[in-house]
Amino acid sequence: MGRYIVRRFLWMLLVLFFVSLITFSLQHAVPGGPFDREKRLPPEIIANLENKYRLNDPLPKQYVDYMADILIPRITTKNEVPSLLTDAMIKIDIGDVRLKWMNWGPSYASRSRTVNDIFKAQLPVSAQLGLLAMLVALLIGIPMGILAALRQNTVLDYLGMSVAIFGVSVPVIVLGPILIWIFAVTLGWFPATGWGTAKQAVMPAVALGLASSALIARLTRASLLQVIREDYIRTARAKGLAERMVIIGHALKNSMIPVVTILGPMFAALTTGTFITEQIFGIPGMGKHFITSIGNRDYPVIMGTTLLYSIFLVAANLVVDITYAWLDPRIRYS
Amino acid sequence: MTAQSTTAGVTSLLARKETSLWADAFRRLIRNRAAVVGGVIVICLILTAVFAPLLAPRDYASQVLEDNNKLPSWMLPLFPTTKPYARISNDYPIGADYVGRDLLSRILYGTRVSLSVALMGPLISLIVGLVFGTISGYFGKQVDNLMMRFVDIMYAFPTLLLIILLMAFFRSTTQAAVTGTLRGTMTAIDAKLGGMFFIYIGIGLTAWMGMARLARGQILSLKEKEFIEAARTIGASDIRIMVRHILPNIIGPLIVAETLAIPTYITFEAFLSFIGLGVNPPTPSWGSMISDGSAALRTYPNQAVFPALALAITMFAFNFLGDGLRDALDPRMRGTMK
Repeated sequence: MGRYIVRRFLWMLLVLFFVSLITFSLQHAVPGGPFDREKRLPPEIIANLENKYRLNDPLPKQYVDYMADILIPRITTKNEVPSLLTDAMIKIDIGDVRLKWMNWGPSYASRSRTVNDIFKAQLPVSAQLGLLAMLVALLIGIPMGILAALRQNTVLDYLGMSVAIFGVSVPVIVLGPILIWIFAVTLGWFPATGWGTAKQAVMPAVALGLASSALIARLTRASLLQVIREDYIRTARAKGLAERMVIIGHALKNSMIPVVTILGPMFAALTTGTFITEQIFGIPGMGKHFITSIGNRDYPVIMGTTLLYSIFLVAANLVVDITYAWLDPRIRYS
Repeated sequence: MTAQSTTAGVTSLLARKETSLWADAFRRLIRNRAAVVGGVIVICLILTAVFAPLLAPRDYASQVLEDNNKLPSWMLPLFPTTKPYARISNDYPIGADYVGRDLLSRILYGTRVSLSVALMGPLISLIVGLVFGTISGYFGKQVDNLMMRFVDIMYAFPTLLLIILLMAFFRSTTQAAVTGTLRGTMTAIDAKLGGMFFIYIGIGLTAWMGMARLARGQILSLKEKEFIEAARTIGASDIRIMVRHILPNIIGPLIVAETLAIPTYITFEAFLSFIGLGVNPPTPSWGSMISDGSAALRTYPNQAVFPALALAITMFAFNFLGDGLRDALDPRMRGTMK
């Protein structure tokens, strides 16, 4: 198990390296630059800006410099002049010496913020929304799936699966406006937009979580139906275990494997910013940076958001793989 | 002579068995009420897309600015919040949008965008995934290892970001493109299709990975079978084996998987249009209509609610049909798969 995790971790690093390389190449393959404006800037100013952000260097050097800024810790003094170019995510002061690590670079589009600032201010918002949505998805999805499987081919099953079909058929861009129209505009139960209070979180979390809950319900049902036909379940029943114990103690844990599998990508997708939901409900999260950064050719933000997503994804997938071994003791990594 | 007649007998038997398999599947599909409803709706949608010019009361692009945001009178009880703002005009069956275009006509024409994506998205991702997966699975070993690791890396990308980067790449490189070159031709096609061509390509290029994995898995189990061995012993080339022997055997599950993925493609397009990277205006897309309408949800909810309903109904229909198709083609899966 230990060796497996080490090997997986090394593979993760390789994946992240390729993701960074491909994103870097793609963003520079798209024509145009970060300082193209409708009202053209004087060439001297553009040259100056490009010089400042080291955009005149050859591309391979830019890539290496960018990665080095993130990966290599730097040592400065406590009294250094703060600069957007040398900001860092992690700063540790030991006496007069300051240790800095993970400089994600400046944002070209905003003169006063670094990618760090964006992460610090907006990632928590997106992560809160994403985690709430996952909570909604699990709390609705798993019980609905179990109920549908245990009462297969009854009204309960059909009802549950109809709700699930509804969930996968109604994307956020449909559900969002309709929820606002019903619960905010017509009934006035919840505020239509904003973030910060519990009331404001209800609608976006439901809108975002419902589609995932439908997926989870269908997976739970399908998997549980397969598991309860297995031999070891028959054995458990044969030895006289109460049905409740058979389901909770034996079947359920095993049937969670497909559900856990999709939780990895779901976690990465929901917590790193969901543009549509954040846009519709006016939530100041990370989502919009995935989109505006490309239009602005804001290279450090494009790289930062992509890498953030990819790190979340590979890390979540590793956790998922480790969870398998706990859910199903038959799975061994060697 | 005897051998020949035996082969003939076997082929006729196989042929009969095949038709009965499809007939069987069709019978099962017909018995599935939800799938039939889905199928009927899909057929209606196709007819709507084809005959949109006959069905739509007006042109989708013609604006009457003084009629902007007008509503028919029957809508007032339905949307009580519009009362203070409403300007009534019964010329428009479900109202006019913010520049005075007929909403109903735009929704009817919007069917074309969604349905063409429902057709082209699966087609492109099927071709890319099939070619990739077939090569990977057939040659195996290092080739397979390398190609599948590439798929793993592609999976680690945020799809959204990749597709937007691709759209930005297509759109901006082609602005300067000269006619006659490949890029020029692509731009011309894209302009003709109201910006949909690059949407197909963008969606196809970001959605093929699942298909590639599925195709590879199928081939890995197939290529050890005796009839492939037999084909190889009589000297059939790799290409011939792949195209004539392997492809027909794996295409079924792939088509089912693509049918099930159609709603995802439709959402992709709606999403791209919602963020303004989809079709070129004034081509009507439900996604861009929902985006425009969401801005005025309190005052004129009809502008977002009706395109949203159209999108939801289409998604329902394809989901029901896809589920039904899978159950019909693989009865073992019935009631167990998601």
